[in-house]
Amino acid sequence: MSISKQDVEHVANLARLELTDAEKEQFAEQLSAILKYAEQLSELNTDGIEPTSHPMPLLNVMREDEARPSWPLEEVLKNAPDEEDGQFKVPAVLE
Amino acid sequence: MTATETKYETVIGLEVHVELHTKSKIFCGCATSFGAPPNTHTCPVCLGHPGVLPVLNRQAVEYAMKAAMALNCEIAEHTKFDRKNYFYPDSPKAYQISQYDKPIGARGYIDIEVNGETKRIGITRVHLEEDAGKLTHVDGGSVSLVDLNRCGTPLIEIVSEPDLRSPEEARLYLEKLRAIMLYCDVSDVKMEEGSLRCDANISLRPRGQQEFGTKTELKNMNSFRGVQKGLEYEEWRQADVLDSGGRIVQETRRWDEAQGKTISMRSKEEAHDYRYFPDPDLVSLHTDKAWTDRVKAGIPELPDARKARYTSEYGLPGYDAEVITASKKLADLFEDSLKSTKDAKAVSNWIMGDLLGYLNANNLELDDVKLSGAALGAMIGLIEQGTISNKIAKTVFKTMLETGKSPQQIVEEQGLVQISDEGAIKEVVARIVANNPQSVADYKAGKEKAIGFLVGQVMKETKGKANPGLVNQLLIEVLKAQ
Repeated sequence: MSISKQDVEHVANLARLELTDAEKEQFAEQLSAILKYAEQLSELNTDGIEPTSHPMPLLNVMREDEARPSWPLEEVLKNAPDEEDGQFKVPAVLE
Repeated sequence: MTATETKYETVIGLEVHVELHTKSKIFCGCATSFGAPPNTHTCPVCLGHPGVLPVLNRQAVEYAMKAAMALNCEIAEHTKFDRKNYFYPDSPKAYQISQYDKPIGARGYIDIEVNGETKRIGITRVHLEEDAGKLTHVDGGSVSLVDLNRCGTPLIEIVSEPDLRSPEEARLYLEKLRAIMLYCDVSDVKMEEGSLRCDANISLRPRGQQEFGTKTELKNMNSFRGVQKGLEYEEWRQADVLDSGGRIVQETRRWDEAQGKTISMRSKEEAHDYRYFPDPDLVSLHTDKAWTDRVKAGIPELPDARKARYTSEYGLPGYDAEVITASKKLADLFEDSLKSTKDAKAVSNWIMGDLLGYLNANNLELDDVKLSGAALGAMIGLIEQGTISNKIAKTVFKTMLETGKSPQQIVEEQGLVQISDEGAIKEVVARIVANNPQSVADYKAGKEKAIGFLVGQVMKETKGKANPGLVNQLLIEVLKAQ
């Protein structure tokens, strides 16, 4: 499977990345190479094998439903680009 | 709407989000309570800071399992969480943790009652996910304020099959769904507080056609009535487009309650590309029979079963049983009352008439009044014993609702005991007859209705406490003797 320049543009758009034309060409090439490398896996016979979602042999890791103190508001808003009335203030994104 | 009824068949499917009322959020220990000052229930996990790890709340999983089983779903033995990727300021991680291809529950159903017939509505899936934050658009819509308190509240999304055939069926489905969630005690399911939210897919097709028409997605219906109204409008709009030779554009539309119409939000031509993939921070979840059995044991008798029992065991009319079992608290009140009286129909009448009337008139919930089943049963007992009349009972009942006092106490304090002493009533009757010669003459002249006035005067004189049956009987005796 190879990645076209249009594929790179689509993914870059979804990830809100702005790429130059040269970068698009470069990433298309590099991503194609990565996928080609991973494609070796399809040579294996995987009949009857469950798709893997996690590599660790861990199941059902859960915590009890207990509320604990949240962060102080000053800490919460410390990294806010801007704030108003205890809220994060951001440019409106109207869907 | 007549064109729609004859020419087209409406097809509706609902996507319902229900907030689970756990104490803490689904992946962190922040409290979930509604109405806290903005961002005071947040921490690095729900704020999406780098390097944090989510840990799943066991109670959220069990509530989701419970709800799914109450909706007759099969519980997945192997399930997992996936990331749904999108950029929007209400989601600081830029993805929502949800379930994609392995929902916790699938292939369920709800039965609804349509025009006296039972109709089964399929449920495609029930999955567990986290809620997003809340945005308030200010400065003329150029700026958004972000409150992330709600971010990370556990939600279940319940997706129905496209089995609903009218806006009314959609409302009935939603009401039944809400009742089941309340019975299971997994959510407050308050549409006005957003703990129950509903989106709808609706399309029309010519009657007899198998293939579905192009659908629109409807959002922002914030009440049960709004859901029906919004869908009714959209049904009419689509029929109008089709009738004039147009085609339906697949899009998302917003129901505007104030304007009473749906408004296009954005075109769905370019479908969202969420790039789901398994969340590497959360391990798989396996359920076994011992676990699901234990959760299942916590599901109480559900509305349909209770309704059937009320008609068979207590002989209640189907309508009464339907209204009472729609709310678990009301049904519990009904059953508690029957520990103090045997007259189920009387209990039902008081609940459906005076109680619901009072709650509706004052915009209250059952929790807002201090009424116990024992008190209602005792009051009906007082009527049965002839201690108070039905009319006086109405006053007593209202006082019970307002003060939470027992009916006996109210009757005693206000001196409301019914006068059933013949001698005492006879005395008043004689006085009323003597003072109203015109009415007496009217009655004698054959105007039977004149007696009503005289009864009214006796009741007024005794402040409503005279036994009405006895008053009637004594009046007739006195009038006949004259």
